[in-house]
Amino acid sequence: MANMSLKKNPMPTLDPIERGRVFAEVALGYTEEQAIAEAARCLNCKTMPCVAGCPVRIRIPEFINKIREYDFEGAYKIISDTSSLPAVCGRVCPQETQCESKCVRGIKGEPVGIGRLERFVADWHNAHSEQIPVNLPKNGHKVAIVGSGPSGLTCAGDLARLGYSVTVFEALHTAGGVLVYGIPEFRLPKSIVAREVESLKAMGVEILTNMIIGKTLTVDELFEMGYEAVFIGSGAGLPNFMGIPGESLKGVYSANEFLTRANLMKAYREDSHTPIMRGGNVAVVGGGNVAMDAARTALRLGAEKVYIVYRRSMEELPARREEVEHAIEEGIEFMLLNNPTEILGYVNPDDKTDPKNGFVKGMKCIRMQLGEPDEKGRRRPVEIPDSEHIIDVDTVIISIGTSPNPLIKDTTDGLEVNRWGGIIVDESSLTSRTGVYAGGDAVTGAATVISAMGAGKLAAESIHKFLDN
Amino acid sequence: MYRIVTKRVLNPYVTLMDIEAPFVARKAEPGQFIILRQDAEGERIPLTVAGFDREAGTVRIIFQTVGATTKKLSQMEPGDSLSDFAGPLGVPTHTEGLSQVCIVGGGVGCAIALPIAEKLKSLGAKVTSIIGFRSEDLVILEDEFRAASDELTVMTDDGSYGRQGNVCVPLNEILSSGRRFDKVIAIGPLVMMKFVVESVRPTGIPCDVSMNPIMIDGTGMCGGCRLTLNVDGKKVTKFACVDGPDFNGYEVDFDEAISRGNMYRGFERHAYEKTCNLFLKGGKTGG
Repeated sequence: MANMSLKKNPMPTLDPIERGRVFAEVALGYTEEQAIAEAARCLNCKTMPCVAGCPVRIRIPEFINKIREYDFEGAYKIISDTSSLPAVCGRVCPQETQCESKCVRGIKGEPVGIGRLERFVADWHNAHSEQIPVNLPKNGHKVAIVGSGPSGLTCAGDLARLGYSVTVFEALHTAGGVLVYGIPEFRLPKSIVAREVESLKAMGVEILTNMIIGKTLTVDELFEMGYEAVFIGSGAGLPNFMGIPGESLKGVYSANEFLTRANLMKAYREDSHTPIMRGGNVAVVGGGNVAMDAARTALRLGAEKVYIVYRRSMEELPARREEVEHAIEEGIEFMLLNNPTEILGYVNPDDKTDPKNGFVKGMKCIRMQLGEPDEKGRRRPVEIPDSEHIIDVDTVIISIGTSPNPLIKDTTDGLEVNRWGGIIVDESSLTSRTGVYAGGDAVTGAATVISAMGAGKLAAESIHKFLDN
Repeated sequence: MYRIVTKRVLNPYVTLMDIEAPFVARKAEPGQFIILRQDAEGERIPLTVAGFDREAGTVRIIFQTVGATTKKLSQMEPGDSLSDFAGPLGVPTHTEGLSQVCIVGGGVGCAIALPIAEKLKSLGAKVTSIIGFRSEDLVILEDEFRAASDELTVMTDDGSYGRQGNVCVPLNEILSSGRRFDKVIAIGPLVMMKFVVESVRPTGIPCDVSMNPIMIDGTGMCGGCRLTLNVDGKKVTKFACVDGPDFNGYEVDFDEAISRGNMYRGFERHAYEKTCNLFLKGGKTGG
């Protein structure tokens, strides 16, 4: 008999005030009892609408059923059949717009906490199993993967399971892409990502770091080296700036730089040598998940006040609800319907050597109101005349999106991109070059981890079809 | 891991190393840079390539001890390995089609200028070099420059070696004598490059500079290395890592670059002193 509670079993979390100053993971995960109680809420629908909502098609009712039977390892096997990164997805997927949005239980009350259950299963597996090398039968074909973010790792895992010899080329010194440089420790601990990468290596996937495709090697050279297909999952890349005065002042960061310093370069740790602006007041410009990550990271690095400055209202704010709620609980202030017009710098007219010269001392914003809906149906923000005001900040983090990195397109003849620089692919993820596939942010522009994984999965299927014939 | 093959102390502050990095050595060109991490906890530091040996698979770096990382790096010995060494990054210096070139190098910037001079020479260009240092004990690569140049002037600020004065003194003399070049290439401290550009500007001779701002990834991802160019009266933001490191000197906003370059000065001094203390405690400096 199913557990008919209308509410999900709540996720245990760290106290918001306490956690706002430390980098420990915020959501603590279900206990076995909580997981079993939550699993009992699943109605095991024969039509499995939830599976249709999952970009990597995890057989959700099947794994939940295993939890109910106390067979947690069995549940893990079902998830890992289709997902290369279960512990990651259980933490960062926007389940509320995917699998959980299709859950029948969600019609009246809250859907089954599928994400929380997935995380429980993955964490249980990681805590109870040894990493043992798996000897998969090889099919003799070699595939190169460019980038070790979510799309690349997924594509690599799926191809390795099919018997391909897979090499992943990563530009940075650590594998994981956005999972290690972008998403902060308190949302996705680095050790979880490292563990998932180790699982792939145990399957025989080779990962080469410090290899910048487009510079160290080109796509054409990969083919010359004997790779028969290439998957490009190089991510979104270049940060966008607003083009307002003062963006080059000291204390203005792109979210990419701020988060990379904090995460990849470990400024979140006390003993780190990585310099970063700490303390003072911080304004984060933008309303996406990356903006929430930057704001909450700034708070943990010692900021007194942290503002999210967003030009529309809460309703249009694109970040996940859960992230917004966490940010509010921790004391992040939302300065909505505001748009920056200038960043102001400190100038001491009497002393050119004053060390404060050239640092941010404030940001001028103009208040906005929502006007007529645009072609996408989103109400357009319109400036309210004479409403400019100055906020007192020392650091500004610009989080208004990224554009695809040109390194690969510039060095690969015949690789077509759209006017935004995104790589053009067909429905099978094939680019304009034979044997070259692409997916994730390099194709779509900034999106989610799980959609990138879905793209990696699709590309793996297409590469298999291409090379199997 | 990337093994240190040779090490040479060029002066008390500047060290040369050849690093085993075959993939980088295959592609490197003068003007490009690499990013290295000294150990698994280290920061990523960009260094412009000072040479390479494609057959031996080695890349030459020449660096000045300025912070904690370069201090630790300078203490490493042949046989030791660096944790990471990625590249080559950035756009190579344009050397094609130039027949008369003036190269102006300042301090450790001469290390980067040298392979450019050598390449130009090998392409048949006439190379006039001016290299400047604070004093005699800091002079590096003089013989190498002499071999790569048709004409060489060595300057020191205090006159302890060569001629006294900064690099603009002989540059202004040469330019006012009416000599013309296809290009002037300046590599050195930002202030030096700023003044070289101002010396050359009245002649209209193209003047390229090599920018080396603070950066993290080196692939265009962080935007920390951004600088402002004034192009036809319009301000344009460029990333030194993917658009550079060479830029048209007439367009670079040097004052902004100088300001951004000292963003972490307080932090670096603190980390450097901490590292020096560690070495003192470990007795490595004999103190």
